[in-house]
Formats: sequence, C-alpha cells, structure tokens
Amino acid sequence: MNENLGRYALAVASHVALVAAWYLFVKLGNVPKFVMPSPGETLDALLQPNYNWWWNVGVTGAEIFAGYFLGVVIGVALALAFTWSKTLEAFFMPLLVSLNMIPKVALGPLIIVWFKYGMLPNSLMAFSICVFPILLTTARGLREIEPELLDLVRSLKGSRWQLFAKIQLPGALPYIFAGMKVGAILAVAGAIVGEFLGSDKGLGYLMLQVQVTLDTPAMFMAVIMITLIGMLLYGMVLALERWLVVQDARVE
Amino acid sequence: MEPFIHLSGVKKVYRRGKAEHLAISDATFDVMPGELVSLVGPSGCGKSTLLKILAGLHPHDGGEVRLGSKDHPFDPSRDVGMVFQAPLLLKWRRILENVLLPAEILGLPQAESRERARSLLALVGLTGYEDKYPYELSGGMQQRAAIARALVHDPKLVLMDEPFGALDALTREKMNLELLEIWKKAKKTIVFVTHGISEAVFLGTRVVVLTAGPAKMADNFPIDIPHPRTLDMKTHEQFGVYTRRIYKLLGME
Repeated sequence: MNENLGRYALAVASHVALVAAWYLFVKLGNVPKFVMPSPGETLDALLQPNYNWWWNVGVTGAEIFAGYFLGVVIGVALALAFTWSKTLEAFFMPLLVSLNMIPKVALGPLIIVWFKYGMLPNSLMAFSICVFPILLTTARGLREIEPELLDLVRSLKGSRWQLFAKIQLPGALPYIFAGMKVGAILAVAGAIVGEFLGSDKGLGYLMLQVQVTLDTPAMFMAVIMITLIGMLLYGMVLALERWLVVQDARVE
Repeated sequence: MEPFIHLSGVKKVYRRGKAEHLAISDATFDVMPGELVSLVGPSGCGKSTLLKILAGLHPHDGGEVRLGSKDHPFDPSRDVGMVFQAPLLLKWRRILENVLLPAEILGLPQAESRERARSLLALVGLTGYEDKYPYELSGGMQQRAAIARALVHDPKLVLMDEPFGALDALTREKMNLELLEIWKKAKKTIVFVTHGISEAVFLGTRVVVLTAGPAKMADNFPIDIPHPRTLDMKTHEQFGVYTRRIYKLLGME
C-alpha cells in the first residue's frame, strides 16, 4: 500500500515538475507569448468565450468515442468471425494486413469527398486508424489459445458456442485489451487529423482558426484538451480491463 | 472378463495435400477395466496420436477401436477425462471453477458438481486452494488441479499425455506416488503416455511399448510388482528386468 502511494506521488511529481519547468523556461527565457505561452496564459485562453471550448471539446470527444467504439466492435467481431471459418480467415487476413499498410491519413481527402464535412468523416478517420490494431491483436490472441484446450472441450463434445464463450473469448480478452489500448491513442489522432483536413467544428478546427491569429495560448489549450480526452478514453479502457481481466493474464 | 479398450491393427495416416505420413502402422492391445496402462516410446512415435484416437478427437484409418464393454458401457461424450503435459488451466478462473469446466460443458447439476470438485481437490491435496488463481500455484499443484478437472465428470477413462513431463525430477516422483493413490481411490481406467521408462514401469499394471516411425507395437506385458507401490521398489531386481526389457526394445542397449 505504502509502495503504491509512493508511486502515485512520484507520478504526480513528474507532471508537476514538467509544468514547473515549462513555467521557468518561459519566464526566465523571456519567451514571447506567441512562441510559447506560460501555463497561466494558456489557462487564460479558456476565458475566451468565442472559442466555444466546451462545445468543441464535446464535438471532438464525440467523434473520437464514436469512431473508437465502432473500431472496437468491428475489429473484435471480424477477428471472432475468423475463428469460425478458416477459409474466411485465409481470404480476409492477408487482405487486411495489406490494407493496414495504407497510411490512413492519406485517406482523409477521399473520406471528405465521400462523406462531406462534419463529424461523420472525422469519426470514420478515427475508426479507420484504430480498427486494424484492434483486429490484428484480437486475431492473434485467438490464435494463441493452446490447441489442447480446444481438444479438451472437444473430447467432451462441447458445442462451438461453449468453445467460444468459455475458452476463446475469455482467452483472447487480454489481447483484445492490448489492441484497444493502442487503438485508443490512434483514434484520438485520427479524429484530429480529420478535423485538420476539413471541418467546421471541433478542437482540431479551432486550432487552425487560432493559428491564423497566432493565438498560441489557445493552441496550447487545445492540445491539452485533446490530450485529456485521450487520457479519459485510455483510462476507461484501463478500468474496464482491470475489472474484466485477471491480473496475471494481462498483456503489458 | 471383456476388455474395456480393444485396439486391433489400428492405423493412422496424416495427409497433407498429396504427402502422406504414416503415424501409426499397427497398434494392437487390450486394456482391462480399472487398469493403469503405460504407453511408452520415444518422442514422435505416435503415442499422443493414439490418445487422440481414444479420446475421439481423431478418426483412425484402419483397424478396430472399441471402447467399453457390456459391464462397463462407454459414453464417448462424458467418459473421457484428459490431462496434458501442460496443466492448461484457464488463467481467468479460480481453481475450483477450473476443475468445474468439464461439468459445465456437460451441463451436469451445479451443486453436486461443486461438491464433487471440492472433494476431488481434497483428494489431490489442494484443499484451501479452491479460490486461488492458477498463477498462485506451483507447476506441480497446477497439474494436480488438472487431474482433478479430468475426474470431475466421473469419466470411466482418463487419458494422460506425459502429465509430469514438465515437472522437476523430485516433484515428478511425488506425483507418481500420488497418481497411484488417486487411481486406487477413483477406480478409473487410465492410459498414461510417457517417454520415461522407469515412470512407465513404476506406474503401470501393464506397459505397452511403441517404437517410432511409424508407431508400431513392439511389446505389451503386465508389470508384476505388487501394489501399493513404493519408491524403493525401483531398486528391486524385477524392476530392473522390466526397464532393461524396454530399453532393449527401444534400441538403447
């Protein structure tokens, strides 16, 4: 318990130290505000009412969560479908590996052509980036299940469903979460790229707006907000993992 | 008495595209109800394949496989218990829930199964570990839990595929003694695959020797050493006679 407390204290300390270093650097170096604002000036950016912070946070957050949710559902579902049919896997898996090679950011302009401006294309951007690692790690987790465990169930003439529900799904869960953690970070990046490419709302859009007026504190604030959304998503995944996966089975 | 397992001229061919690999060319032997038969041979001699045929996991390509007899009818879906080289416990389940897995799959009544799982855990010396996770147990303890799991649905036949192969020598000897104890109390027919020659003789009421490439029955003889067996019997002259007989068959003498 004490050891845990110490670790938390150190984690907090490193964050505080970073902010302090930032403050000192700006103050002692006399760095102009439009190059790098101080922490205080960055916070002041929140007071600008016409930046609509909370509305934009909501928009970007919704895009990220929607795209990520879709990515998890489709990624996991496809990987599971592959365990039901070897042919299906042999057909789609190489294709998916190739598709994964496409730099998803390069799809941005196309997605905008197909789906216009707005939240949908940005969610799709987040989805397209995060779905592959989730799918590929889940598929790997399902493959890594010892064949003898499947033999054990088959020797008892267990049904396909029992095999799935009692062995395959729980066995792959640590991998599903490993993929979900990677995917969470990527989904945030995807949505922001989408907003950069073409959008009329959201934190990425706001960043482009304030860039024109060299409002660097607002850009800093936007980056912090985006990071906080990402941390919230990641934290939720972590909490879910802690709840569902036995400690020893977790994939670090 | 009618044999519980009757194998005659059993053949197994693995096909991969056009290539054929003869895994077992001729396996012929009988196992009486309640026997503990050791199946010994070098690695890759098809021992595990034979077990899988007995478990109904692989079809055989020739010969006859008959399980059960009039007095001991055999239900292929619920009369097989399996133990593998690795304990293969489910990491996310506590020990008691692990032991219950076969009962769940077969849909056996819950309360009774739990009761039975507890008494089996007591039998294998794991009382007090019911609510632990597998990683909290040593390798030997995990394998004991795996043995309890193989017995929970009260199968007539227990198939063991080198169950102690991954354990250190001392633990292995201890587990051998415990297995004999379990076998005596649970009254099961056990087919025990091993490549340990002394283990095969020590455990078996009968030893079946297979030679490799493709697996062929080389010998099949009863072990006439009284029960209960103790470790010092390994130094008896008769024990040496049996092990030398097997070494010779496997071309190691």
